Amino acid sequence: MLKVSEIDVYYGDMQALRNVSIDVHPGEVVSVIGSNGAGKSTLLKTISGMLRPRRGTISLDGNQISQAPPSKIVEKGISHVPEGRQIFPTMTVLENLEMGAQFPRTKKLLKETMRQVVTYFPRLKERLEQKGGTLSGGEQQMLAMGRGLMSLPTLMMLDEPSLGLAPVLVSTIFEIIEKINKQGTSILLIEQNVFHSLKIADRGYVLENGEIALSGTGQELLENPHIRKTYLGL
Amino acid sequence: MAVGDLSFELEKGEILALIGPNGAGKTTVFNCLSGFLPPDEGEVHLEDRLLGGLQPFQICQMGMARTFQIVKPFLTISVLDNVMVGALAKEKSTSKAKKKSLEIIEFIGLSSWTNKEAQGLPLPLRKRLELARALATQPKVLLLDEVMAGLNPTEVDELIALLKEVNRQGVSIFLIEHVMRGVMALSKRVIVINYGIQIAEGSPEDVVKDEQVIEAYLGKEFLSAQG
Repeated sequence: MLKVSEIDVYYGDMQALRNVSIDVHPGEVVSVIGSNGAGKSTLLKTISGMLRPRRGTISLDGNQISQAPPSKIVEKGISHVPEGRQIFPTMTVLENLEMGAQFPRTKKLLKETMRQVVTYFPRLKERLEQKGGTLSGGEQQMLAMGRGLMSLPTLMMLDEPSLGLAPVLVSTIFEIIEKINKQGTSILLIEQNVFHSLKIADRGYVLENGEIALSGTGQELLENPHIRKTYLGL
Repeated sequence: MAVGDLSFELEKGEILALIGPNGAGKTTVFNCLSGFLPPDEGEVHLEDRLLGGLQPFQICQMGMARTFQIVKPFLTISVLDNVMVGALAKEKSTSKAKKKSLEIIEFIGLSSWTNKEAQGLPLPLRKRLELARALATQPKVLLLDEVMAGLNPTEVDELIALLKEVNRQGVSIFLIEHVMRGVMALSKRVIVINYGIQIAEGSPEDVVKDEQVIEAYLGKEFLSAQG
């Protein structure tokens, strides 16, 4: 469904991605791992249209999206849950969720989608009238993911959803990602929690210095000696 | 109430960890110790001095420095100047502050960045700069607020080695951390809080087996899936 082909991405003169190609097939969980500064967030930002590739193409279900505005890309079915949550702190939980459903089609289905979202995140249901900024870190992450689901994505991209969360919440977040995936949404995941993210991944890519250095099934990558040494610290 | 009736002691030369769920009050504890948020009741002592009524900069000058969860270096000045801001808390002359800062920058592994603007640093190095700024104040006690968040396990291991060396040189460390790999490797003792109340205290090996801690914080999968 998502096909990224040979893209180069720059920040000014500095090249951040070099000849990167990745695929996400329908129903898959795909993880991208790599050190800080390897270009993982850049890859997601390029897919969602916030950055433009200088070379290469990105397509969704066969349609080019590499020049489409970010809002169109969301409308076509890709949602991006950014690193650090980036919720609207002075808006209520309910308003934050509504912000995720601003297209005619999703607006029409808002009530129904909201019902589905709070089944994933019962904690949000108890806090609908509370301001986003008053939520704990774990609840804010749930809100960011909930908002990302409100646009009814066929592909959800998650940038470090477990960052700064207590171990028990990390497990919960990964369980919820698996649940969302089982309901038919494909997942593209970036994580420093390499172990967890490869464990739930059908396939994974390793990004090193802006290039794809390795790829394989989640299990293959977990067993790979280079990954065990460099990313898992084993 | 954010934190209730909490008492603990950090021994000289010790590494003590504070863990607990998001929203449990960990950063609030740091704010009380460092003077950002004086406690409504109770006292904080550093060695034999009472810290009540002191401003954060005074507490820092007395030898207790902290880092922040969200690192905020001065983006448009050099790494050296960033560290010098910390060093000037103790050193009277800029030449001495500069000398001290260069030593710390080398120790922390940022030498190749000395004269570059802080905004060019990727996250793991920004975290090191945060640590360098705190160390430049020549603390006796170092408070570290989630310095390992966002690092992968290998990057965490590098930071562990560095912090062990800091401790070996005589700095006592009190850390808040969710990255259990770091907590287990560094701390001699762990305090666990939930809803602002202490629920456990002990060696890291014992604490992770505590039923209440597993329930409130670690989750049942923890021992099988230490990522």
